[in-house]
Amino acid sequence: MRKRLHKWRLISIFAILALALSGCGEPFLSTLTPAGEVAKKQYDLMILSTVIMVLVIIVVTVIFIYVIARFRRTKKNENSIPKQVEGNHKLEIIWTVIPILLLLVLAVPTVSYTFQLADVSPMKQKDKDGKTKDALVVNVRANLYWWEFEYPDLGIVTSQDLFVPTDKKVYFNVKSSDVKHSFWIPAVGGKTDTNPEGVNQFWLEFDGKGSEKVKNQFYGKCAELCGPSHAYMDFKVQTLSQDDFKQWTQDMKNLKKPAAEGNLAKEGEEIYNKSCIGCHANTANDSRPEQARTAPNLANFGDRTRIAGILEHNEENLKKWMQDPEQVKPGNLMTGKYQKLDEHELDALTAYLMGLKLEQ
Amino acid sequence: MSTYAHKKSFGATVWDYLTTVDHKKIGILYLIAGGFFFLVGGLEALFIRVQLAVPNNDFVSAGLYNEILTMHGTTMIFLAAMPLIFAFMNAAIPLQIGARDVAFPFLNSLGFWLFFFGGVFLNCSWFLGGAPDAGWTSYASLTLESDTHGVDFYILGLQISGIGTLIGGINFLVTIVNMRAPGMTYMRMPLFTWSAFVTSALILFAFPALTVGLFLLMFDRLFGGNFFDVSAGGNTIIWEHLFWIFGHPEVYILILPAFGIFSEIFATFSRKRLFGYSSMVFATVLIGFLGFMVWAHHMFTVGMGPIANAIFAVATMAIAVPTGIKIFNWLFTMWGGNIKFTTPMLYAIAFIPSFVAGGVTGIMNAVAAADYQYHDSYFVVAHFHYVIVGGVVLALLAGTHYYWPKMFGTLLNEALGKITFWLFLIGFHLTFFIQHFLGLMGMPRRVFTYLPNQGWETGNLISSIGAFFMGVAVIILLINIVMTQVKNVRVGNDPWEDGRSLEWAIPSPPPFYNFKQLPLVRGLDPYWIEKMEGKKEMTPAEPLGDIHMPNPSFLPVTISFGLFVAAFGAMYHVDDKNWALPVLIIGMGITLISMLIRSVKDDHGFHIHKEDLENEDDKGGRA
Amino acid sequence: MAAVQDKFTEMTWPSSPEKATLEAKNKFLGFWFFLGGETVLFGSLFATYLALKDKVPDSSHPLAKDLYSMELTFAATMLLLTSSLTSVYAMYHMKNFNFQRMQAWLLITVLLGAAFLGLEIYEFSHYVHEGHTFTSSAFGSAFYSLVGFHGGHVAFGLLWILSLMVRNAKRGLDLYNAPKFYVASLYWHFIDVVWVFIFTVVYLMGMVG
Repeated sequence: MRKRLHKWRLISIFAILALALSGCGEPFLSTLTPAGEVAKKQYDLMILSTVIMVLVIIVVTVIFIYVIARFRRTKKNENSIPKQVEGNHKLEIIWTVIPILLLLVLAVPTVSYTFQLADVSPMKQKDKDGKTKDALVVNVRANLYWWEFEYPDLGIVTSQDLFVPTDKKVYFNVKSSDVKHSFWIPAVGGKTDTNPEGVNQFWLEFDGKGSEKVKNQFYGKCAELCGPSHAYMDFKVQTLSQDDFKQWTQDMKNLKKPAAEGNLAKEGEEIYNKSCIGCHANTANDSRPEQARTAPNLANFGDRTRIAGILEHNEENLKKWMQDPEQVKPGNLMTGKYQKLDEHELDALTAYLMGLKLEQ
Repeated sequence: MSTYAHKKSFGATVWDYLTTVDHKKIGILYLIAGGFFFLVGGLEALFIRVQLAVPNNDFVSAGLYNEILTMHGTTMIFLAAMPLIFAFMNAAIPLQIGARDVAFPFLNSLGFWLFFFGGVFLNCSWFLGGAPDAGWTSYASLTLESDTHGVDFYILGLQISGIGTLIGGINFLVTIVNMRAPGMTYMRMPLFTWSAFVTSALILFAFPALTVGLFLLMFDRLFGGNFFDVSAGGNTIIWEHLFWIFGHPEVYILILPAFGIFSEIFATFSRKRLFGYSSMVFATVLIGFLGFMVWAHHMFTVGMGPIANAIFAVATMAIAVPTGIKIFNWLFTMWGGNIKFTTPMLYAIAFIPSFVAGGVTGIMNAVAAADYQYHDSYFVVAHFHYVIVGGVVLALLAGTHYYWPKMFGTLLNEALGKITFWLFLIGFHLTFFIQHFLGLMGMPRRVFTYLPNQGWETGNLISSIGAFFMGVAVIILLINIVMTQVKNVRVGNDPWEDGRSLEWAIPSPPPFYNFKQLPLVRGLDPYWIEKMEGKKEMTPAEPLGDIHMPNPSFLPVTISFGLFVAAFGAMYHVDDKNWALPVLIIGMGITLISMLIRSVKDDHGFHIHKEDLENEDDKGGRA
Repeated sequence: MAAVQDKFTEMTWPSSPEKATLEAKNKFLGFWFFLGGETVLFGSLFATYLALKDKVPDSSHPLAKDLYSMELTFAATMLLLTSSLTSVYAMYHMKNFNFQRMQAWLLITVLLGAAFLGLEIYEFSHYVHEGHTFTSSAFGSAFYSLVGFHGGHVAFGLLWILSLMVRNAKRGLDLYNAPKFYVASLYWHFIDVVWVFIFTVVYLMGMVG
C-alpha cells in the first residue's frame, strides 16, 4: 500500500511543484492571465471544464484507491475465488447518465461561446466609400517568419509590431501568402489559422487594465509548424489607449519619405535604395499590391522592439542580422537576396534604419 | 510431420521466418520490428527533449529538429504502436477464438512485409538527403514547400506500409467472423478479440482516406498535380480533412486494442469475470462508430465556421460517455476481486488514472471556443501523450509482459519488470504533466527552441528529465528480455495461473497448428469455466482428424521488396536521374510477377495426418 | 464441407460454389470487406473532385460544362452496364457448372470493358487537346484522378478476368477456382456501380454547370 500511496504523493507533488514554480506564466504571454474579452471567455470555459473534470477525477480516484487497497491478494485469501459478477444494470445506467448530464452542462456554453467568438458582423457594414463603418479592421498576412499588418480603412501598412487600441473590438482578416501559419496572441485570445487559400475572420479585444500590467506589450506567436524558423516567428502587440491610437494613425499617415540625418545615414539611405527597397518599403502608405510586398515594411523600424522578431532591438543585433540572416533565422527568405555588406556599409545602413521613426 | 520439433540451424530459422505464414511467428516478427522502431522513435524523443531542456539550445539545428519531430511522430504511430498492436493481435486473436490460423495466412505475411519495407524505406531518408520535416500530419502547404526528398519518403513509405495495415485489418475481420471455434459466439469473444474486430473495421474504413490523401500529395510533388497548389485552383484544406478522416479513427485504432489488452489483464489478475461485459462490447463498438464523426475537432482553428465547430465539439464530447463506461467497468471488475499485483496488472492499474487524465483533457479540447487556446500548443502535446503513452504504450508494455510466455514460452523477470514499470510511470508523468501548463503559458508545439524569459524554462527542464526516466526504463526492459531468453526457463499452459480465455488452455508457445482438436466453447471465459469444473483442459468439439495447414511462401517478401525498389524510382524520377525510370519499372515488375506467380500457381496447403498428431503425445495442444 | 480438390459433375456441383469451402467463404467475405474499403477510397476521390470542380487558375481554362459531351459518356455507360449484365450471365453458368458458356460470357464482358476503356482513352485525349490536362489546373488533377482511378480499376479488372480465363481454360471449374471467378465478377459489379456515380456526379452534374 505504501508504495502505491507513494505514487500518488509523487504525482501531487509534481502538480504543486509545477504550479508553484511557474505560477500562471508570464502575463504578456499566458492564457492563464487573460487580458481581453476573448481570452476571458476562453478562460471561463477552461475553468468550467476543469472543475467538471476534476469532479470526475475525484470520483474515479476515490473508487480506484479503495479498490486497490481493499481487494489485494494476500497470503490469507490466496486461493479464494471471488464471486463472478456479470454486471449491475443500475450502476451502469448511473455512470452513463451522469456523464451525459455533466457534458450537457459543458456543451451549452461551448456552443454559445463558439458562436459569440465567430461574430464578425460589424466587419460587413460598409459605408459608401467601401470602408468599414464603425469597426477597426486589420488585415493580417503571415509570411515565412514575419507578419504584416495592414489597416485597409486607414491606408497604413506595418509589420512585426501590431498596434491596437485598448477596450475596443478589433476585427481581423487573416491569411497567409505562402505556407499555413497560425495567428496567436495567447494572453488576449485564441488562435486562428492563416490559410493560403482564403481569409479567416475573427475579433479580439485588448483589455486596458491588462495592458497596463504588461507595459502595453503582448507577445504574439505563430502556432502552426511552418518550417525551420517556426519557433522564431514571433510578433509583438503594442496596445495604445484609443486617443493614442488615433494619434498613432495620424503620425503613420503623415510619415512622409523619411529624411536621413547625418552623413552616415545618408550613405545608408543610398545603400537602402540600391539593395533593400525592392522588397522592403520604407513608408507606411505602401500602395503596392500585397504580392509585391515580399518583405516587412520598415517605415517605423526605429520604433520596433525586436530585430527580426526575436533579437533585442539594438544596433549590434541589427548588424548581426543583416550580416548573416541565416544564422539568426534559419530558412528565412532574406538570405542571399542582396550583396554581402562590409563593416562600413553595415554601419551606414544601421544608422539609416534606426532613424526610421515616427515624429514624436 | 514430426520433424518440425527438431533444432534448426540459424540459416534455416531465418528462412523459416522469411517464409512463414504462421500467425504466431508473424506476431513475433511484428514484435521485433515494431520494438525496433519503438526504440528508434524513443531515441528521437530523447533528442527532442535534450534540445528543449534549456532555452536557445543548439544541440540540433532548426531543420534537423523538424526532421526529428516528424520522424518521432510518424515512427511511433505507424511503425511502432500499430505493428506492436498487430503483434499482440497476431499472437493472441486466433488462439482466443479457437482457430488454427488466420483466414488469410499468406496475406498476413504480406501485410507484415509491406509494413516492414515501408518502414525501412521511410527510415532510409535519414541517410539519403534528409528525413521528412513537415510533421507527422504533413499539412499540404508546408509539404509542397519542403525541398528535400524527405516528404517523398514519407508519402511512399506510408503508402506501402498503409497497404500492409489495410490487408491486416481485412484479415482479422474475416478471421473473427469466419474462424471462431464451435460455441464461440460473438458475445462470448474475449474483449481483446472484440476490440481487435472493431479496430480492424476502423482500419478498413479509415486507411483508404489516408491512401487517397497520400496519392494526391504524391501526384502534386512528383507528377505535376495541382490538388494543393493554390495558384492553380488547389486547396490545402482537402489534405487536412482527408488526413484527419483517417487520423482520428487512427487514434481509436490504437487505443481500442489497448483497452482490450487491459480488459484481459484486469479480469485475469482480479480473478474475476469482466464487469459489464456486454456494455463493454457496446462501448467499444460505439467508440469505433463515433470515432468517424469527430475528425474535424483537429481543425477547430482552420476556419470552418461556428456551426461546424459546434457540431464537432458536441460529437466529440459524446465519446466521453462510452469511454467513461469502460473506466467504471474496469474499476468494478477489480471491486470484490482478488487482485494480484503482477507487472502487467501494475501497468493496467496505472493506466486508469493516467488515461483518465488524458481523457478529461480530451474533453477540454473538445470545447471548441477554448480549444482556440489549446490548439497547437503544448497543452495538446501533453493531452495526446497522456492518451497514447498513458493508454497505448502502457498497454503495449503490459501486453509484452502478459503475452510473453504465450509467445516465447518464458516468463519475463517480475522484479525487473516492476522496476521498469515504476521508472516508466514516474518518467511519463514527469515529462508530460508539466506540458499542459507550458501550453497554457503560451508555448506553441513543434518549436525547435525557445527564447528565455517567457516563463518556460523550468517546465521544459522538468519535462526533459522525465524523458530520461522512460529511457532508462526501456533499457531495463531490454535487459530483462535478454536475461529471460538466455535463462530460458520454460513455462506451462497457464503461467499466470488465472488465465481465463482459450489461449491459456494450450501450451506456451502453442504447436504450429494451435489446437489438435478444436475446443468446444461453453461461455465467456471458456478456459475458466472448465477450470472451475475441475478440468485441466478444454472439451474437444471434434474427433481427432487431419489438419489442413497453409504452405509457407517467400512471395510476400518479394512483393513488398518490389514496391520498396519501385518507390526509389518514383521518387528520383523528378530529379531527371536516368536510372530512376528503369528502377521504377524493375520494382513494379518484381511485385507484379510475384503476384502473378501467386495467382496462377495453385496453393492447396498440406495436411497433418491424424497418425502424426497421435504420435505427438502431450506435446501437441490437445484441446 | 467439400474439399477444393474434389472432382465434380453437374449433379454434384454445390449450389453456391463460391461459398462451399472455408477458404471460399473467407475469400468471399474478405472481398466484400475490401470493397468496403474501396468505397471509402472512391468516396474520398469524389469529395476531392467536388471540392476542386471548376477550380482553375484563370478563365482561359475550360470548365466542366465546356468539356463533357452526353453522347460519349452515355455510350460508355451503356457499354459498362451491359458488361455487368453479361458477367451476371457468366456467373449463372458458373453456378450451373457450364464452363464453356461461362467463359464465353466472360469474354463478352471483357470485350465490352475494353470498348469502354477505349472510349475513355479517346475522351481523355480529346480533353487534352482542349487544354484540360492533369497538370493544367486543380480541376484537371481532380478529374483525371477520379475518372482515371476508375479507369485503372477497369483495366485491372480486365487483366484479372482474362488471366483467370486463360489459367483455367484447360481444367474447367472446381471449388478452387469457382470463388476466384465469383470474386472477380463481384469486383466488376463494383466498378460498374462506381461508374454510375461518376456518370451522375461528374458528367450529369457537370453538364448542368
